[in-house]
Amino acid sequence: MTLHIDIPEETFASILAKAFRNTAFVAGFVITLLVLAMAIISYVWTPYDVTKLVISDKTQAPSMAHWFGTDHFGRDILSMVMVGARNSIAVALVAVGIGMGAGVPLGAFAAARGGLVDEALMRLNDLVFAFPALLSAIMITAIFGPGAVNAIIAIGIFNIPVFARVARAGALAIWPREFILAARAAGKSSTQISIEHVLPNIATLLLVQGTIQFALGILAEAGLSYLGLGAQPPMPSWGRMLFDAQTRMVVASWMAIFPGMAIVVTVLGLNLLGDGIADILDPKSRRQR
Amino acid sequence: MTAYLLKRLTIAIATLVLASMVVFAVLEILPGDPARLMLGMNASADQVDLLRNQMGLNAPLPWRYLHWAGGLLSLDFGRSYTYSVPVIDLVRERLAVSLPLALIALALSTIIAIPVGLFSASRRGRAGDTVAMGAAQLGVAVPNFWFALMLIYVFAVWLRLVPAGGFPGWGAGPWPALKSLLLPAVALALPQAAILARVTRSALIEVLNEDYIRTARAKGLPYRAVLWRHALRNAMIPVLTILGLQFAFLLAGTIIIENVFYLPGLGRLVFQAITQRDLIVVESVVMLLVAAVIAVNLLVDLSYAVVDPRLRSRQ
Repeated sequence: MTLHIDIPEETFASILAKAFRNTAFVAGFVITLLVLAMAIISYVWTPYDVTKLVISDKTQAPSMAHWFGTDHFGRDILSMVMVGARNSIAVALVAVGIGMGAGVPLGAFAAARGGLVDEALMRLNDLVFAFPALLSAIMITAIFGPGAVNAIIAIGIFNIPVFARVARAGALAIWPREFILAARAAGKSSTQISIEHVLPNIATLLLVQGTIQFALGILAEAGLSYLGLGAQPPMPSWGRMLFDAQTRMVVASWMAIFPGMAIVVTVLGLNLLGDGIADILDPKSRRQR
Repeated sequence: MTAYLLKRLTIAIATLVLASMVVFAVLEILPGDPARLMLGMNASADQVDLLRNQMGLNAPLPWRYLHWAGGLLSLDFGRSYTYSVPVIDLVRERLAVSLPLALIALALSTIIAIPVGLFSASRRGRAGDTVAMGAAQLGVAVPNFWFALMLIYVFAVWLRLVPAGGFPGWGAGPWPALKSLLLPAVALALPQAAILARVTRSALIEVLNEDYIRTARAKGLPYRAVLWRHALRNAMIPVLTILGLQFAFLLAGTIIIENVFYLPGLGRLVFQAITQRDLIVVESVVMLLVAAVIAVNLLVDLSYAVVDPRLRSRQ
């Protein structure tokens, strides 16, 4: 008995066509691209110099000269939001890199080995998950000193078990498949199989998780810098700007509104992008939405 | 069933013991001598050594760990360096703020999220669903401390309905205290509610595709009854899992939120203790929070069995 199933071939062009019909993907992609562009442009040009204090211009309401107004030192808030984007993106992106770089090999290894190794690694995961991530990040940055680098490490460490779990779950679903058996019969080692056959098949899962962790990283960085544990002045960061705004909200509400909106828009864009990618590449999730 | 419970319980206890070792080790290798910190820079080496002896800091490491862990078990957390009072008193006082705050937030988040999830799932793909899930998507993206600032601006500065921060204490009656916990609880709850509503919706939609739902509808049960009695109950497992995870988020979230509202809670205590290097307070509060997270996850595991009778009969 043979069973014939027509599987439409997924070409790059067909995926691309599907992507452009997906509203969440398009919206997320455009927003993310705009935020990235804003961060990159800030390296060569900002409306005003963010390191120059112009006290005579302090706490000015939004106007044609200062679209987002000025802060208590007379700095242009739009320029600070642009430079802050750099900091947020860099911290969150490197933290995702740390999480993937360490977590994916761990998860793939656990799935390939199984047994005691798997059990031990997963219990270690449980251990990390028992510590509220933000509390531990606060401890790490407070103990080793505030700053962007320590914020990256603190956020990155808690990305590791997340990626380990996703990679392991994905890999476990791939291992019983026939093409893995074929690869084993061909004499490939489990490391080779993990790299050549398992990883490409769980790449989508990892990409989707990556955008989620990217978004969470931006929120975490904002929280840390709000508490004074992230990037240090004079480097503007969105969280720090909100801290400065808190006591001046009555006279200068724009100081609180615009940096917050920047966080919301960036996180929203990344989440939409992740949802969109999951939709396009995973038919099962599309059925459910 | 018993085997399942025993396994979960063993894992929970082992995780707790390992976590206590990690906390103890991390704070042990930190630079800075608490005795010197207490006495100040001008103290002589003899004075510092005397205090170290009094505080038990000169004892061998494993002995100090056992002493500390034994103390935790009997709720004797030691004395705070900066406040010069037993840590347990500090914790009890601060818990009277943080626990109600976290519970109100958790209740708010559940009360908002489950109906929204039900509403969206039953109107899947229609305008109501799109609007609700759009709002949830936005809610997930809002940092809770910024949301808190906006709430303060609108409800405390503008409308003057609630205080902008601070805590009058429970002594003045429950109403003023509850009033000052209201905004912080809403700020904590809404982003969590957004996540929970999304999870509830997708869990419900998965269940609504099952054959037994069609059967229940086919035998003439009204849609509402199917939704509440059959679908919601079967969708509870992912919802409970997320609720358990959210408890950890809420606990950590109180650190930032209590700082925004100047609430004298556990989160603010641990944040100040970290910056003041009051290590006994830090390790006690961290262990307390970790124990709470582990206990809640264990409760979630147990509640699976209550919600899903199939799990009870298995094994």
